[in-house]
Amino acid sequence: MAVRLTTPLSEKEILKLRAGEIVYLSGVIYTARDLAHMKIIKEGAPFDPRGAVIYHSGPVVRKKENFEIVSAGPTTSARMNKYLDKILDMGVKGIIGKGGMQPESFRKYRAVYFAFTGGAGSLAAKSIRRVVEVYWLEELGIPEAVWVLDVKDFPLIVGIDAFGNSLYSNHR
Amino acid sequence: MEEAILEAIRLAVTKIPDDVVKSLQEAYKRENTPTAKFNLENILKAIEIGEKERIPVCQDTGTVTFFVEAGVRNPYLGMIKELINSALEKATREIPLRPNTINVLTNKNLGNLPIVHWELVNGDRIRIAILPKGGGSENCSALAMLTPAEGFEGVKRLVIEKVKECGGKPCPPIILGIGIGGSSDLALKLAKKALLRPLGERHKDGRIARFEEELLEEVNSLGIGPMGMGGKTTALDVKVEVVPRHPASFPVGVVFQCWAHRKAFLEISGSGEVRIWQ
Repeated sequence: MAVRLTTPLSEKEILKLRAGEIVYLSGVIYTARDLAHMKIIKEGAPFDPRGAVIYHSGPVVRKKENFEIVSAGPTTSARMNKYLDKILDMGVKGIIGKGGMQPESFRKYRAVYFAFTGGAGSLAAKSIRRVVEVYWLEELGIPEAVWVLDVKDFPLIVGIDAFGNSLYSNHR
Repeated sequence: MEEAILEAIRLAVTKIPDDVVKSLQEAYKRENTPTAKFNLENILKAIEIGEKERIPVCQDTGTVTFFVEAGVRNPYLGMIKELINSALEKATREIPLRPNTINVLTNKNLGNLPIVHWELVNGDRIRIAILPKGGGSENCSALAMLTPAEGFEGVKRLVIEKVKECGGKPCPPIILGIGIGGSSDLALKLAKKALLRPLGERHKDGRIARFEEELLEEVNSLGIGPMGMGGKTTALDVKVEVVPRHPASFPVGVVFQCWAHRKAFLEISGSGEVRIWQ
């Protein structure tokens, strides 16, 4: 059964989700990868982190009159494990990425890890309605900047739920 | 000629080659869990969109790697390096590609700088293989200097251990390139070059062909599956290449490639005719 959710996410919504469930996510999400995470930890997030969803992605961007996201699949989330507790402690409730992360943190902070298919960037771009804003573009460059994206029905799968159940550990 | 190199880069990043698509379609049929189907369905949809709209299938358009077999009598040989640089710069703007080259000391984004491997050959033909290599899979690369006593059993252990360790990180179903022999640097280069062989094709030496098949079967029995979320298809293929070794050494290079196995080939004849294929 597919669930429809809109950001920001509440703890109540999060607790209903179970690993393996399909979720169609709408609303505003924020991209962040290695350098953006370092900067968020050091200087604070340039957005309100409470209930926010962070997308581990470095998009291909075309600039016409406005920025247009051409292709935007997820990057490997495990690189951001190091920052995960601090990010979730700020109130972030959802992470979108690929490959999975440490499940304990999601249980501890009552948050959810959503997986999108790595490499399917052209498909992910179809769920992105527009670029709302971009932070730190000049300093970090296109892949590492924080892109504020308005998404509609982004098809995701719950990879790790708020109870620490993980699709990634079952088969190891 | 710059235009031709740009078109070959465009072909590589927007169109997943037929051998890879066929193998992914077979994987879709074979898998029977909703999660594996979810991922493979997304993969096949993304491939279709990329080709139809001529946009990069994966946002990580990779470190664009060129293997050049340069015929020494080709009159354009002296221009090739500059042409690759300018074509890549233009491709970054026009396709567009993600600017993927970062200064190690300052973290400043430098656009896209190519990695070029040169090999001089006889004749007047230049053949260029283009391999845009994503970061997620590249991070799983491994080099091991095994002892000759460990031999092929050691190679198998190393590969299985690495594939397990990497799980979903390299975007499975993966393709594995394995280089055995030579030296540390050559083993890894061989491994990467092995990825250029068509999927499903077995090594012409029957012993290596059997080793490829054994490895493929063992990797797929791990259950890591598409995107590391479980399933029967962890690898689409395994390619092994060997060269002679030093008596004391048994170097093994392992290179992972993601399912978005982007590749394109380009040939420039002595008279300047250009042919592009995948």
